[in-house]
Amino acid sequence: MKRRLVGRLADAALILYFLFALFPIAWMVLLSLKPADQLFSTYFSFTPTLDSYRTVLGDSEGIPFVRFFVNSLVVSVGAVALSLVVGLPAAYASARWRFRGSENLMFTLLSFRFAPELTVIIPLFVLYQKLGLFDTYVGMVWVLQLVTLPLVVWIMRSYFTDLTPELEQAALLDGYSRKQAFFRVALPLVKPGIAAVSLLAFIFAWNNFVFPLILTSSSAQTVTVGALSFLGGDRPKYNLTAAAALVSVVPPLLLALTIQRYLVRGLSFGAVKS
Amino acid sequence: MGLRVTLRPYLLVVPALLLTCGILYPFALGLYYTLFDFSASKPQPDMVRFQNYETVFTQDAFWNSAWVTVLYAVGAAAVETVLGVSVALLLHRSSLVGRVLEKILILPLMIAPVIAAIMWKLMLQPSVGVVNHLLKPFGLGGVQWTDTPTGALLSSIAVDVWVYTPFVAILALAGLRSLPTSPFEAAAVDGAGWWYTFRRLTLPMLWPYVLVAVIFRFMDSLKVFDIIYALTEGGPGDSTVVLQIRAYLEAIRFQRYSFGISYTIVLWAVVYLAAMVLVRHLGRIQRKAAEVSR
Repeated sequence: MKRRLVGRLADAALILYFLFALFPIAWMVLLSLKPADQLFSTYFSFTPTLDSYRTVLGDSEGIPFVRFFVNSLVVSVGAVALSLVVGLPAAYASARWRFRGSENLMFTLLSFRFAPELTVIIPLFVLYQKLGLFDTYVGMVWVLQLVTLPLVVWIMRSYFTDLTPELEQAALLDGYSRKQAFFRVALPLVKPGIAAVSLLAFIFAWNNFVFPLILTSSSAQTVTVGALSFLGGDRPKYNLTAAAALVSVVPPLLLALTIQRYLVRGLSFGAVKS
Repeated sequence: MGLRVTLRPYLLVVPALLLTCGILYPFALGLYYTLFDFSASKPQPDMVRFQNYETVFTQDAFWNSAWVTVLYAVGAAAVETVLGVSVALLLHRSSLVGRVLEKILILPLMIAPVIAAIMWKLMLQPSVGVVNHLLKPFGLGGVQWTDTPTGALLSSIAVDVWVYTPFVAILALAGLRSLPTSPFEAAAVDGAGWWYTFRRLTLPMLWPYVLVAVIFRFMDSLKVFDIIYALTEGGPGDSTVVLQIRAYLEAIRFQRYSFGISYTIVLWAVVYLAAMVLVRHLGRIQRKAAEVSR
């Protein structure tokens, strides 16, 4: 009897927390479906319309949101790809061999994760303007390495460390070269890890705000900065802001739900495994 | 052959090393800039040695920002830890409700913090926002959320809590699920109560997992930018100007590059020190937890 009551209370507490967690998302959906003339006159009862999405995706407010969306896609994919190409060999090397400087490199990479972004961005802001990298894809992909590279290297190192070296040694005995052992034995075995870390790195690159805020102005600007521009202007355009916010959170939310199982290790940089 | 084998790990890390240097270069450049009085109005700067740092440390604005930053980081990390661990404990009971809700636990965490702040800004608007509308029946219709100094700070912390509580909860839940079962079975045989088991077994063994989460959260909230930029822009007055916002205002808005970077270097040093202390503490706690589970 008492047990059941405790169970009920626990469920009630959980539901309370999840109301807090989910209400803002639900409210944005409602807000984005509101017609402009009922924006401030009603809260929950209104005639739903897709006008806000049409305006946001039709660029009719002078804000090229579709372009920002494409920009986000390009720079995030680019950043993850570069991090994988550069980070996978490094992660493998530091998991398989103890060599001088390896830990130094690993901890320098980790310190990027915790460094205040502006320490690097302000000098880059000056530098990019000299080099012509300001407001370009290349400039953004480069600076996003601060976010994606430490993630890829640290998490993939933990996957490679968990992989017993015996499999590769057996492959070497069978006459594989070291390169073949890496590409045909080690890499396929950590494929789920690579998929998870790529998606997670993509999400973090996509969600980044400081870099595009300071290092882009229009041609390479991303959705996180773009969504904020709907709040500017003379009249607050709540419905448009809500629609823009929702459109820009769809990709990360969908991807996150597909990598649930791998999130713990990813979020903790390999410090916690589940 | 011998040389190739010795060199192999180095060759594999060369690309990563180059990229790392590419990121360290602007950092070093920034450090160098802080010794000058480089700004948009003075593109041919003069060496001023440590004057920028002297100005930083003698400014009231700096100490105000440092204080706000600490309040924010401690407040956010503390609430997220308590709330996150509680949610994890509740989910660990794995009732039907819990199993359904666990699937969507991650959602707020995957929303860009700046977007989360925008969402909350719309909801907290005093006259037309939905939060005040929902509070009206309780006689709390006119709260000026982000328009008072205390309210603005608490609102920013609330947004941080909304975004990052799932982070603590997810790590704590993973910890709970990986705890060894035998100490709990032994305690149950001895007839230990829930509170005793929780305090003497669950908490000490879980603490290393929680601490990893706390370290991440505390260090990240020391360098908070997105949430405050979108929610309050540092206002009203200077009430929510955390260090990264101050650095942004100085360097980008007022274009005093050297001075702005000095702010970020000071913050970088603070974060670095905090990390050292916390990581050392983590090591101690992990050893202790290993003893309890034995």
